[in-house]
Order: sequence, then structure tokens, then C-alpha cells
Amino acid sequence: MQPKVVTLNVNGRQHYVALMPNVTLLHALRDLGYTDVKSGCEKGDCGACAVLLNGAPVNSCLVLAWQADGAEIVTNVGLGTMDRPHVIQEAFADAGAAQCGYCTPGMVISAKALLDRCPHPTEAEIREAIAGNLCRCTGYGQIIEAVQLAAERMSEGSGE
Amino acid sequence: MKYTAKPLPKVELPELRQVGKPLRRVDALGKTTGTTVYSGDFTMPNMLHAKVFRSREPSARIKRLDVSRARALPGVVCVLTAADLPDARLVTDMPGQTGQKRRAGSDAPVLASDVVRFAGEPIALIAAETLAVAEQALDLVEIEYEPLPGVFDPLAALQPGAPVVHEPDNVVARWKIRKGDVKAGFAVADVVVENTFRVPFIDHAYIEPESGVAWMDGQDVINIRVCTQVVEHFRSIARAVGVPHNKIHIQGTLLGGGFGGKEDITVEIFLALLAKHTRRPVRLEYTREESILAHSKRHPFIITHRTGVKRNGRITAAEIKMVSDSGAYLYLSPYVLLYATIAASGPYRVDHLKVDSVSAATNNPFTSAFRGFGAAQAAVAYEQQMDEIAKVLGLDPLEVRCVNYLKTGDRNATGQEIKSAVWLEEAATRALEALGEKTPAPSDAVKIGQGFASYLQSYGRITWFHDTSRAWVGLELDGSVVIRCGVPDLGAGQINSLCQIAAEVLGVGLDDVTIYSTDSALTPLAGTTTATRQLYMSGNAVFHAAGAVRESLLERASKHFEEPPDGLDLAEGRVFVKDDPEQSLPLSELAAMCAAGGLPLANLYLFKAPFTSTLDPEGLQGDVFPDFTFGAHAVEVAVDTETGEITLLKSVGCHDVGRAINPAAVVGQIQGGSAQGLGYALMEEVIVEEGIIRTPSLAEYLIPTAMDLPVTQAIILESGSGVGPFGAKGIGEPSLTPAAPAVANAVADALGVRIPDLPLTPDKVLAALDRAAGREAVGAAACETDDDGSEA
Ligand code: FES
Ligand code: FES
Repeated sequence: MQPKVVTLNVNGRQHYVALMPNVTLLHALRDLGYTDVKSGCEKGDCGACAVLLNGAPVNSCLVLAWQADGAEIVTNVGLGTMDRPHVIQEAFADAGAAQCGYCTPGMVISAKALLDRCPHPTEAEIREAIAGNLCRCTGYGQIIEAVQLAAERMSEGSGE
Repeated sequence: MKYTAKPLPKVELPELRQVGKPLRRVDALGKTTGTTVYSGDFTMPNMLHAKVFRSREPSARIKRLDVSRARALPGVVCVLTAADLPDARLVTDMPGQTGQKRRAGSDAPVLASDVVRFAGEPIALIAAETLAVAEQALDLVEIEYEPLPGVFDPLAALQPGAPVVHEPDNVVARWKIRKGDVKAGFAVADVVVENTFRVPFIDHAYIEPESGVAWMDGQDVINIRVCTQVVEHFRSIARAVGVPHNKIHIQGTLLGGGFGGKEDITVEIFLALLAKHTRRPVRLEYTREESILAHSKRHPFIITHRTGVKRNGRITAAEIKMVSDSGAYLYLSPYVLLYATIAASGPYRVDHLKVDSVSAATNNPFTSAFRGFGAAQAAVAYEQQMDEIAKVLGLDPLEVRCVNYLKTGDRNATGQEIKSAVWLEEAATRALEALGEKTPAPSDAVKIGQGFASYLQSYGRITWFHDTSRAWVGLELDGSVVIRCGVPDLGAGQINSLCQIAAEVLGVGLDDVTIYSTDSALTPLAGTTTATRQLYMSGNAVFHAAGAVRESLLERASKHFEEPPDGLDLAEGRVFVKDDPEQSLPLSELAAMCAAGGLPLANLYLFKAPFTSTLDPEGLQGDVFPDFTFGAHAVEVAVDTETGEITLLKSVGCHDVGRAINPAAVVGQIQGGSAQGLGYALMEEVIVEEGIIRTPSLAEYLIPTAMDLPVTQAIILESGSGVGPFGAKGIGEPSLTPAAPAVANAVADALGVRIPDLPLTPDKVLAALDRAAGREAVGAAACETDDDGSEA
């Protein structure tokens, strides 16, 4: 195996990295310091590693880093910061949706992908959108509330 | 049957400013923005990567172990086997605190030497320059096993002639309760009901696998950054590594879930050993598969109830037998069994009670703490038994419970007087009322059922453990507040509650409080985050520490305002005269006055639980716990009799939490805890065949997803009667306990037949329906006691 140079565009920053072809996007991102991308199973079962790849949510443990060459990658920290949290991040905090918080970055990414394509989701649509994200702490109730709260705040913000 | 909520006794709870408000937790935004750093996120310069070589055999002698090829691999820096650590053992205990003797020889060795007792047992440690090299080295470890006969069933393990896991026999713990006169109790019974129930192995399945990093510093201290429920394991680690206690420093991180699975030592012992032997930083992170292989499981139990009852449902006597599978090593099995034993008869007054419990060693994965800690297993049995009693007597399940519910002033199974409020009927009727009428079945093939369960669960540790917690609270000169407390936060909001309590006492906002936590050397030791004890123990420690600071502030302010201290109050960052709030000062000015006068602005408080001595093992009569939480859970299910599939339609949890410090966090506990209980009932099982786990990853070990569960409606009751700060009781474990038996009862209601073994999978539903076609009740035997009834 020979390393391959790939361009990873993460949260608006460009990284050129030499990676073995079998390195997953999850590992590449964490090694670059994007440790908000969590590892829970490395098999696509838990959703903790979810990121947006060209706007679509993917489990980064199931994507090889070179497959993301040149694509736009957004992780949870790319959405907002403590000073300027994204509406979804703020709603998750307000609704008590993060208990241990380990599933949260992936949940927020799934919620972002949902609200991007469907600004007024039903409860069933929210459940479906986060069906691939396991949470062992909350029973999902406050996470669903958080997504509903974010949807409300986003539509207020957009003057609807 | 329509249920209406029983009116609540009147309680006046004081109106508070910070406590009792659903404030945004202090750790919330850090977590939702991805700012919070977990143990797996840390790296160190010049760091090595570790891997653990584990046994594939559940029971074997190690004939040959050769690590020379692994050692020789370029990039491998260190390989350790048992030969490098003479007789290092792991003990999850508080040395010097419990006063309890452990059974010699059944504690796990850090690394197996001559014999392996379960598949997954650690045998060798590898540290290498890269993870890839460490993984390669794993394949170069040469091992030859000589298989030994194994024992994989706890009942078989107790039979004479069974292979012995630890000499002299497989009985690793035994408890018994002897209360009243069981024979006389059965003699006056109208009916005796007997049933046996089983619960499986389950996995904690926290989403964060175990991980950590360790390094030695310039004082020869081994520093370990790790996700653990117990920073005080530094003592056991020091002993196993062979260094003084003060040379191990645990820097705990916020946990990505624990639920009991990070209560025993996990990666930290391996990290400590490798850091010491290599003198380089070392990182170790389990894969999901290794996590499932390496950490404890919830104990499977087989529980038999034999209950004598009057026609009106009153229990006259009970005889309960419990067998738990302790797996290959002891860990916390004796205590889990003790909790189960004490909870065996549930929240009911049983004057004549006999409980015999035993935990058996097997060559299965080892079992230890899991949210509910034996009491949850006990509830699965006693609450199904109550429904079976109701069925036999032709009574409503609530009615049978109501005639037996404990009341304040009654004594529990060990004869301990219950001093706090006991709102069992209040909780059960509220949960049932919220459940409402049965949903109409969409077709003939679908049966709708409703069921509920009540419970009692202790919070705080066993009082003969002499439990303590410490907290330091101080006011800074700008009026901000600092807490230092060694509490590990598992995600349930442990640190936030402490901040809300300090904010309340010192009259500041939650934003004005910062907490430093979870450090075995730098924060005062607060004990384990287990046993639903932190709000009670550390909450009280913070309450009193903050109270001492408040006192000193008010004393100084009293001189300034020429008012008695009780004429003053603290709120919104100011001290003010109650009768004339215009007369006030910011806390910063008051702090400066205190500092100028050399008055203390900080306090370190040691909170002690009640201390008792161990009980006579011949009957276990006496006080064991600081207090108990009571409540109920009710569910509605739809069972498809063609596919066997069970769908949860409604779920309600109602608990008396004493006082909700943060109601939003309490809702989170009730919803999240019950979700684990619902999974326990319906889908979760670590399948172990001949000692081998057949559910090795989250693809096979299924936990509830967002598609599987309705949101549990949380009903919070506040009696204000708990022994925690502001009258709080604990809710962490109690939230889980009644959910599983409620589901079992709802399914039995839907089918008219009971499946006595969890989980209630579709194949068991179909098999039960087949059996029911032949016979009325499965696993249930009721006999009229027209003679003297003294089978006892
Ligand atoms: S780590 Fe990628 S789905 Fe679990
Ligand atoms: S908050 Fe802990 S896993 Fe979701």
C-alpha cells in the first residue's frame, strides 16, 4: 500500500494529507484534530461519527478518506462555537438533549441535514432522521424536542 | 379499568431561586458545540499506542505463551505478561472502607497467568509506536491452550461435581433474610402462588467505548486521564502496579455514559503499567467489540417467588430464591446480590419473609454493576409476581398492590424503618391515569395490553460502607463562585446539580459558578458516581460547604448593615436587608471586606452518610441504606399475534424525587433510564453460548433506536422528604427499575399468558401463544392451601 495525498476541506479549512488508502474519514478527521467527530463502533451502527459530506449526512467510519478527496466536509464544530452556537446546537443545549453528550455531535449533524431539506419536520420525520444515531442516555425524547425547537426558532428567524 | 390519581398529601416546599428550575445545564453548550473533550480525544507528544491480547478460550490452561516475536517486531516498545507483574489483582472495592471480607482468590488477575476463565480475559499488553504496529504485534503473540472443562450455567455450577472456577467451590456469595415466622405466615394464607422468572446478560452499551492516556511526570507520578465512574480506583491501581498511593493521579474526564460499566477498573490499569514500564505516554482505546468483550455485564438472575396471600390480596408470607451468574470473577457480585436480596420482596410489607440468594461463578463473561444494581432484576420478578397473584385471585393488579404497599413508618425486608414519604399509590395511580384508556386494536391479530410496576430503590451506598464525600466551595473576590469536588459526571448532570445548589445557597446565578471535578489529587474526594449517591452525598457536601461560606458572609454583612444575620439574604449576586432590599451590596464588595478582615471565603466540607455496622449474616436484620425512592412506571403495548412483534404505544414514569434540583434533568433521567428498562424488556440480550459472546458488536447487540420507543411521559412528584439537599431523593437508577416489569405485565395482559423470561422477543411470544393454546398459564402454579399450607 502506498500513501495517497488527499485534499480534505473541513469546516472551510483545507488540509493536504498523505494517507494510506484504507484510512477511514473518521480517523483522518480525528487525527487532524476534529475530535468532535466521535467514534462509537467504526461499523456504521451508532452514528456518533456523522458528518456532512457535500451536504449529505454520512457515517465517516464507513467512508474512506480518499473518497472524500475535494469534497466539502462539515463536522459539528463547523456549525458553531460556544460564542456563536448554531441554532440547532443552542436548541440541543436548551432542551436538555445532551446528557453525556457523546452522541450529540452526530445527532446535531443528522438534525442539520434534516432541517436543511425539511424545515418543518413532523415527529416521525425527526425520528427517521436520527434513526441511525444511537443515544443510550436520553431515550430520545429531549433530542426530538430539541429538533422541534430548532425548527421553530429557524422559521422565526427567517421571518416565516 | 379506569384509574384516578390519588390526591397527594399536602407539602409546602419553600420557593427557591436556582434549585427547582429547569435551567440549562452548565455542561450543555460545551457538549452540543463539540467543545467538550472526552478521554479518547487526548493525545500526548511522543505517545505510544496500546493493545490488549485476550483469551479466545472460556476455560483453559495456558500451555505456552510466547511473546518473543511480538517483542521483536520493529516499532514494538513493550510487551507485558503476567510474568512481569507478580500476582497483580483487580479489586473494585474501597480498601478500608467496607469492612467486608472478600472471598479470597476470586478477584481477577490483571493479566491471566496459568489459567484463563473467560473468553476475553486479558493475557498480554502491547505498546508500540503506532496503532498499526500494535495491532500487528497482537497477531504475533503465540499461545497454546489446553482446554479445561467449563461451566456456563449458574445452576449447573452449583451442582456437585461441576467444574470449579475458583477453589473451593462455585459459590462466590450467599445472603439470606430471615424475618418473622414464614411457616406461620403460609399457614394463614388462602392461596400460595409460585413462579420463576429469568433475566438475561445485558451490556451497558454506552456510546463512548473505554479509553484513556497515561504518562509519568517529573515526580514519578503516573497520571491517567480516563473516563471512569470511580477516580478513587487510584488506590487499587497503585497496589496492582506496586507504587505508593500518592504516585497515581487519575484525571477523570466527563464520561460518554457509564451506567455501571465504568465502575470497575477498565483501561486505566493497563495504561498505568505500560506508562511505568516504558516511561512514555501511552494511549489505549477499546473498539466496540473489545468493549463488549472486556467490561462487565448485568447479572442474569433466576428468581423464584412463593407467596402466601389472603383472598383480599394481603401477603401473609413470602419465600424467595435467587441465583445470579457472577461470571468468571467476583467484581461486585456479592453486593449486587445483596441489593437484589434486600429488594426481593419489593415495596410491600411482608412480615414473614425468607430470602435465600446465591451467586455462582461460571466461565461466562464477568458480571458487575449496571444501573439498578440487582434491585432492577429483583423488580422484574416481584412485579410480575404481583400481577400473577392478582390474576389468581381475580383482583385488579392495583388493588393487590394497594393492600400491601409499604407506608412511612413500616419496615422493609431487613426490618429498616422507612422514614421518608412513601407515595407508591400516588405514583401508580398517576402513571395509570396518564396512560388512559386502551387504544383500540387495529385488527384481530393485534392485542393491546397495559401494565405497570411499582418499586422501591435505595439511593446512597450501604451504610456499613461508611460512605463520605467532600466538597470545597469558595467565593472569589469578584463575587464568582468556585466548587472543587471529585465527582465524576456520567452525563446525568451530576456537576450541574452541584452548581445549582451552590448558586442557590450563595445567591448567585448558575453562570457565576464554575466547578472543577473528577480529579483524584486536585479535587476533594467525593466517592464513586454509583448507587445513585452523588446528589445525596456530594450534593449535601456542597450544600454545607456553601452554607459555611454563606454564614461567614452574612456575619460580616451583619456588622456592616447593623442587622442580625437572619435579617439578611443573598440573591442575584448581592447581599441585602430582607426588610429593606434597597440596602444592599454586591458580593464582590462583601468578599473584599471579608478578605480585609481575614475571614474565610471558602470551606471544605466532609459529608458522612449514616454509619452502621455489618448485619448478622444469618438474617440480615437492621438498617442498610440511607433512604429509598418510590414510584411507578406504566406502559401500553400492541402485540401482533401473527408475527410475535411487540410495539410500545405509551410509556409513563411517575417518581417521587423528593425535590427536583433541575426538573429538566430529572425528566432526562426518567426518559433515559426507562428507555434502558424498555430495551431490557423487549430486545436486549448478550447471547453467550458456551462462554462465547454471540452478540459481539452493536450490529448484533441491539439497543433501542429513535424508531423503537415512544417518549416516556415523566411525572415528577416532590415530597421534599429525601435525605439529599433540599429534601431530594435519588432518581438515576430508580428511573430504570420499574420499566421492564411494566412491559412484561402489559404483554401478559395483552396475551393472557406470561412469558417469564426477558427479553420478550417475537419467537418467545409465538412460543407462548402456542403453549397457551394447550394450557392456561405458563410458569404459574397456584395451589389452594386447604391443609396447614406449610410447605415451607
Ligand atoms: S463510529 Fe461510525 S457509525 Fe459508529
Ligand atoms: S447523550 Fe449520552 S449517548 Fe446520547
